[in-house]
Amino acid sequence: MARVLVGVKRVIDYAVKIRVKPDKTGVVTDGVKHSMNPFDEIAVEEAVRLKEKKLASEIIAITCGPAQSQEALRTALAMGVDKGIHVEVSGPEYETLQPIHVSKILAKIAQNEKIDLIILGKQAIDDDSNQTAQMTSGFLDWSLATFASKIEKGEKDVTVTRDIDGGHEVVTLKLPAIVSADLRLNEPRYATLPNIMKAKKKPIQKLSPKDLGVDTTPRIKIISVEDPPTRQAGQIVPDVDTLIAKLKEKGHC
Amino acid sequence: MLTQMIIRKLFNLRNANKRNNLKLSQRCFSSHLPELTKNRYSVKRGNYAVLTEDHKQFFIDLLGSTRVITNPDECLSYNVDWIKNVRGYSTCILKPKTTEEVSNILAFCNDNRIAVCPQGGNTGLVGGSVPVFDEVVLSTSLMNKIYSINDTSGVLVCQSGCILENIDNALEEHGLMAPLDLGAKGSCHIGGNVSTNAGGLRLLRYGNLHGSVLGLEVVKADGEVIDLLSTLKKDNTGFHLKHLFIGSEGTLGIVTKVALQCPPKPRAVNLAFLGLQSFEHILRTLKRAKQELAEILSSCEMIDASTLDVCTDNLKLKSPLSQYPFYMLIETHGSNNEHDQEKLNKFLEDAIAEEYILDGTTTNEINKMKHIWDLRERITEGYTKDGYVFKYDVSLPIEKFYSIVPAMREKLANEDTVRISGYGHLGDGNIHFQVSAREFSQQLLKKIEPYVYEYTSDLRGSISAEHGIGFRKPKYIHYSKSSGSIKIMKQLKTMFDPYGILNPYKVLP
Repeated sequence: MARVLVGVKRVIDYAVKIRVKPDKTGVVTDGVKHSMNPFDEIAVEEAVRLKEKKLASEIIAITCGPAQSQEALRTALAMGVDKGIHVEVSGPEYETLQPIHVSKILAKIAQNEKIDLIILGKQAIDDDSNQTAQMTSGFLDWSLATFASKIEKGEKDVTVTRDIDGGHEVVTLKLPAIVSADLRLNEPRYATLPNIMKAKKKPIQKLSPKDLGVDTTPRIKIISVEDPPTRQAGQIVPDVDTLIAKLKEKGHC
Repeated sequence: MLTQMIIRKLFNLRNANKRNNLKLSQRCFSSHLPELTKNRYSVKRGNYAVLTEDHKQFFIDLLGSTRVITNPDECLSYNVDWIKNVRGYSTCILKPKTTEEVSNILAFCNDNRIAVCPQGGNTGLVGGSVPVFDEVVLSTSLMNKIYSINDTSGVLVCQSGCILENIDNALEEHGLMAPLDLGAKGSCHIGGNVSTNAGGLRLLRYGNLHGSVLGLEVVKADGEVIDLLSTLKKDNTGFHLKHLFIGSEGTLGIVTKVALQCPPKPRAVNLAFLGLQSFEHILRTLKRAKQELAEILSSCEMIDASTLDVCTDNLKLKSPLSQYPFYMLIETHGSNNEHDQEKLNKFLEDAIAEEYILDGTTTNEINKMKHIWDLRERITEGYTKDGYVFKYDVSLPIEKFYSIVPAMREKLANEDTVRISGYGHLGDGNIHFQVSAREFSQQLLKKIEPYVYEYTSDLRGSISAEHGIGFRKPKYIHYSKSSGSIKIMKQLKTMFDPYGILNPYKVLP
């Protein structure tokens, strides 16, 4: 049975309307509703299902971030994860924490905890990097399957169906391996009250990047964050002929 | 950020249809039209003028041809209610944009004895918003301007045809929210909400519209505009006339503008969905919730197992829990999430420990809360897929809240029904009770009515808690109102609308 590691990130809830800070250095996060990154939730759900099928022995969830990040860990624990690891990074250090740092942290913990399978969300919906699974695979030199829509775990390998443009690709990886979860992998469960209560008693281990020997000096500088261009207002035309004339005028037909 | 938008779309796709369904179902009328109301319920047409070309020309001169609809196909959706219970055959739909236009229309109709059916979002459930015969439909759909929102006082002033959800979205920019929320919010108009005194899901916390409407502008049947558009919280000068137009279903006047007192949008919202064994346990949970969640409790709803099936079977929604005889939704609104969560969790832990709640889930994630609310808000829509629905909306003393369901199941044991079930606003003592059958049947109707009203009346309940009287219930109003009060209502009607042109055949017997 495999030991599984999942990564969870606390991000702005995807149902919230995003506001860019006036100085364009990032987005407004104060007083904004946060939740677990939806792709991470899918990763957690998949790990829990593996455990329910007796294909996983223990699931560890890890998060990197300030104190509030523990909310995401609690949610993961309530869904069925066994143990949480909180790598505390706060203030300006968290603002410049990048996929390369997270990947190094994940790699280190995977080695320390003797992990066989890492399942990560394909990307976090706040920075859209889509790099962590890939870089972790690089640091560990483990096989990688991105954008999984199906995971079937065997004795010494794992078969992953990947969502690719216009179809699927099925690959088999030798364990230990890393898989990144896509939207269609599963539909995450709701944590039930008894499990939410049990989760409060589950252990959360606190670590710092230093404990793991990871240097968090930023490698990338964010120059500016901007709103997408606003759509121009439409125009109502009286009839089809005018419509065609207008389209021709603008070179659309 | 971009993914944030894409994922929002994808998730919405995955949980397809949503509320748009309601709007869709209002448009797709080709199949299964209900029988004409005048035939099904054998009503006699009042002595009103039959619309002539000259009348139509007057409307066209007033509004322009695009705002006078006479094409039968386009008229159809205005003639049928969305649960397909009733159908009229109006050939003229008017879409004014201003109070002045409404005033001119009514003055003309009053002089020519043309009957008028006011219509908002047409989401009513008692046939109050569609014509019975050929009444001219006055739709408020183009009266959709929001005039002002005051951040400090929380007062919003708008036209009556604003869609509730649009109002709510506009208020959100100011840190406020609409004082009412209901399943039909994506379609219903605030003027219709006011005219029917709509209740909704959070009446328990924010009170009803008699409290939150500060002022109204109303047009009387003769076209006179009555300015009651106060924006003051306190105003004890003379009779409080606005209340006459709240809940009188467009029979005394047409609401054209509304001033609403809006509460701040809560910073912390939590929702619990619970599974319970019996109605006794529900009562216990309600009592404890009121005591322990106290000032943060914003909604307390109940759904029975058979009702939840219309969501899971008919609409293919997923329930987060396995099967239980009863379910409850408990929501909190507050300003500090840590405080609220602690309170809610303590309450739920105790309830589980004492075993009056069997299972449950709790969340404050926006989309998860929405999915859970869908299980409650989309029941009406899910029910329509059963076939024909006999819908009742009664207030009962809280101890007897659910008793009507087993009583009705017993009475209809030998009838051909699909489902007999109840759900509703537990915290307000208001149960929505319904019987669905594959199709409408007079025999079944006679078994249900007036029994359901007698049952309610015997317990001193209300035969219409929040849906109103509309077309379907005038002859039963006496089960809830004394003859003295009905007499005064009739006198008021004659005073405001001497020729009875406003929403005839509705409300009063």
